[in-house]
Amino acid sequence: MNTSFARQRYLMDFTLHSMLRRKGRNLVLFTVYCLVIFILASVMFFGQAIRQEAKTVLADAPEATVQNLVMGRHALINAKWVPVLQNVRGVRHAEGRLWGYYYDTVNGANYTVMVPPSKDAEHQLQPGEVIIGPGIVANRSLIRDKYLFLRANYGEIFRLKVKDRLSSDSALVSADLLLMSEPDFRKFFQLPDNVFTDIGLTIRNEREIPTIIGKIGVRVPGSRVVTRSDILRTYQSIFSWREGLLLALLGASIVAFVIFAFDKAAGLSGEERREIGILKAIGWETSDVLAMKFWEGALVSAGAFLLGLVLAYGHVFFFQAGLLEQVLKGWAVIYPDFHLKPHIEVLQVVTLAFFTVVPYTAATIIPIWRAAVTDPDAVMR
Amino acid sequence: MSIRPSSLMIGTLLLLGAAVLALFVHAYSSTDNGLAARARLVGQLGLTDLALFTEARYTRHPSQADLHSAFQDHPMSLDHFPSGSLVSPPRHNFAPRTGVQQ
Repeated sequence: MNTSFARQRYLMDFTLHSMLRRKGRNLVLFTVYCLVIFILASVMFFGQAIRQEAKTVLADAPEATVQNLVMGRHALINAKWVPVLQNVRGVRHAEGRLWGYYYDTVNGANYTVMVPPSKDAEHQLQPGEVIIGPGIVANRSLIRDKYLFLRANYGEIFRLKVKDRLSSDSALVSADLLLMSEPDFRKFFQLPDNVFTDIGLTIRNEREIPTIIGKIGVRVPGSRVVTRSDILRTYQSIFSWREGLLLALLGASIVAFVIFAFDKAAGLSGEERREIGILKAIGWETSDVLAMKFWEGALVSAGAFLLGLVLAYGHVFFFQAGLLEQVLKGWAVIYPDFHLKPHIEVLQVVTLAFFTVVPYTAATIIPIWRAAVTDPDAVMR
Repeated sequence: MSIRPSSLMIGTLLLLGAAVLALFVHAYSSTDNGLAARARLVGQLGLTDLALFTEARYTRHPSQADLHSAFQDHPMSLDHFPSGSLVSPPRHNFAPRTGVQQ
């Protein structure tokens, strides 16, 4: 055991000295490898943490919301459907919800304007009062620190007193929220009294939801029901490896990595071939040469993998994924300032290692094996 | 006596390995970073989505978006918001349900 360990250590010493002779080349290799791992791991950590966050945070989202569809588009729903939905067996409570969007020409930001539900005592507002989210606080100056002036699309200026500001801890769900009283909301958007944006339902038994949806489809024609499990499923697919730009980013990194590993696998430099030839000529076994090159591949990939992983974790959870922010922000003015709860899974790390470290190590071994089994004289020539 | 390169390398790898283990410890022992506050607000206000992409309505509320969001203004009106390429249409839009007009 000790002899074998000592032997491997001597091989490692030899490998490291040999790598030091090609310092520049190996340093570039290590940096590129580390960068690929860093990008892949950052996206993986961020995606997983967001999915986890959505799962926990949205666990209390409305059990079902009923929308009205007109020509395939979400339209306002008539208030007459509220009592109809309330009478569906299994529905505990039905309440019309008012929410919409407002484009603020002052700073070019979009706000989500919402009326707090009647059961929410903490955020109840009088006409003329608003509660604003942290993203609005950061992007819009208030008059005398407490008044917000908004211009309705028909020209009237609304002077609204900021009653409260939502906590910055909640920015991920409330950055662009502007809470308003119902009379103000209807006046601001010129909405008649008999319409809502959609209707929120509280349901007694979640297992009855499919039956209730069936009944709603019959009683409220043209409606569409979005359930809490739909919402959760939507967020479980967000940033999954199969989707959009993330796929492009991952694809580009993986292709770059494959080219990089293939280049390594495709051929050895003349110097490396000569080195193998000399080692064989002075009596090294093929297995020794393979072990030496295995250590070369393993040391580079293990080092780059571990360092890339640690840097990615720091980037996502200590520096708020600053490098991804510009991609995520797009053209939006308001971007939430949020700290994700750190989340890491053994399976993810193992998968990432399997798709990067294993192919790279294999890619370094194969050409060496080909050179090592050839006659030393032929290799040196 | 000079340090053997293999000792240095093994030491560095062990250090990095310990740092990765520390990440797991950090992740499992970290505070919730305001998670409880966010969950509470969602319950109080009945929020349905994360405010991650505020540039377009179908990316601000992907779970509530209608069926043709990206092309709804015109059949050839391609999605021009960058976040549209990050957020896919909600899965439930593809699952027909009995009795509900989709």
